[in-house]
Amino acid sequence: MTDISETGREDLGLVCRGVLVIAPDLGAWFMREVLPLEAVLMQFLHRNWRNESDITDIRQDVYVKICEAAQEHVPDPVRPLLFTIARNLLVDRVRRKHVVPIEAVADLDALGIAVEPLSPDRTVMARDEIRRLQLALDGLPPRCREAVILARLDGLSGREIATRMGVTEQAVSKYLNHGVRQLADMLYGEPTDHRRRV
Amino acid sequence: MSAHDDDNATFVDARDIEALAADWFGRRQFWNWKPEEQAELDVWLNSSLAHRVAYWRLEAAWSRTERLVAVRQFAREPVAPAAGKRKWSKAIWIVAGAVAIAAIALLGVRETELLRPGMQTYSTSVGETRTLALADGSRIELNTDTVLRANRNGKSRIVELEKGEAFFQIHHNKAHPFIVLAAGHRVTDLGTKFLVRHDGSRVQVTLVEGRARIDTADTGMQPHSAMLTPGDVAVATADSMSVTKGSPQELTDTLSWRSGMLIFDNMTLGDAAAEFNRYNKVQLVIVGSSVGRTPIAGKFPIDGVDRFAEVVKHVFGLRVASEHGAMVISR
Repeated sequence: MTDISETGREDLGLVCRGVLVIAPDLGAWFMREVLPLEAVLMQFLHRNWRNESDITDIRQDVYVKICEAAQEHVPDPVRPLLFTIARNLLVDRVRRKHVVPIEAVADLDALGIAVEPLSPDRTVMARDEIRRLQLALDGLPPRCREAVILARLDGLSGREIATRMGVTEQAVSKYLNHGVRQLADMLYGEPTDHRRRV
Repeated sequence: MSAHDDDNATFVDARDIEALAADWFGRRQFWNWKPEEQAELDVWLNSSLAHRVAYWRLEAAWSRTERLVAVRQFAREPVAPAAGKRKWSKAIWIVAGAVAIAAIALLGVRETELLRPGMQTYSTSVGETRTLALADGSRIELNTDTVLRANRNGKSRIVELEKGEAFFQIHHNKAHPFIVLAAGHRVTDLGTKFLVRHDGSRVQVTLVEGRARIDTADTGMQPHSAMLTPGDVAVATADSMSVTKGSPQELTDTLSWRSGMLIFDNMTLGDAAAEFNRYNKVQLVIVGSSVGRTPIAGKFPIDGVDRFAEVVKHVFGLRVASEHGAMVISR
């Protein structure tokens, strides 16, 4: 073989030609290890922070901090550090803003018990995942859902979707952007135990 | 927001950052994406970890929805159109789920078979090849010991290479890109002739003509992707991907099975034997690692195990013995 363009294995990922060049190792780690914890993190934040409008900011701060930490040293396991960071951020905010009683940030341990480990049964997980995706998709506003379906299931481009739906490209762009954001909230932020709701 | 923060994490409202991230992601994913835009995006991403985190999150969510492609018939139907229907469709889901679990538990039926109605299985046994002609004029040639799932009606342009190897000559359709799924990876054709080989958890894509993209389709895996141009050979596993450039000669050799030949150029005896074993019931077994490392070159008919054994015996002076349907090569 000639002209090997493999650039060597990093500890978390293999960088190669054609890949988005922004620290793929950190991004991959974040997607794999941190994002799946978003549901429990959000549960924790909602329980411990009264001002709903702050929660997205806090979540972002938690993510930034844990990524900063991971750049120095990749935490393993991730969960304890994630909640330590979340707790500290809440405490900081309480100190700074004097709005929420500090004892509100106390049930970390209770949360640890409430969180179930992921089921090792892969077939059940796969089925649940499909169901979850379906629910997320169905949660989108109708036009938005339509645009997302055309993009995802039919692989149409934004322009083609505009033609198909008979709307402007700006509108399609709005639908898709909103769709992606809402999907992220529903797929990561919502609790995963929808089985019990059925 | 809290402008007193030492770091830049909360200078801007997280929802604003997310909106910008969605805008970038959307432009890159759904619209005509130019290299200069990539440069701008890189600048934006590199300017703050908060930007990166927001972008990754959306990217991960979108790539997770890839699985819906597998259940497109279901996914298209909203779960809750009318009150009466709602219960019914829920009931269907529950029944379908129960049946699926039962099937998986009792028969070991794969999830994909249940979730992709209309998908048909095409397979070849050891030593067999088979050509499938698609409605749109595309052709798929299955190599030995291969299982491929495809939709016969020609509407779906997604096939799954369960195992083995297949050569694709695809009529490009911009509105409906042709997609090959294999080992958690997705090869998207952009006007192409390409070869996909799937063994175990490894997928190898050789691009002969045109362009194709390979990326991860399974969200449980490390995301990676690459755009392939002619001569590129991409090898991807669950956590790595490499792209090398093969010479035209190597390309021809890789595709020689299509004319019933195996061409070994600068190969080891061990690798050559492994190639033969893909095509023949009589398996070659090599005893001793030094024997396996013997370099070999040559051209053999795919079913010419005997001839290969003869060459090994006479040219390399190795011992060849028949044992229980296998040919054992040793010093």
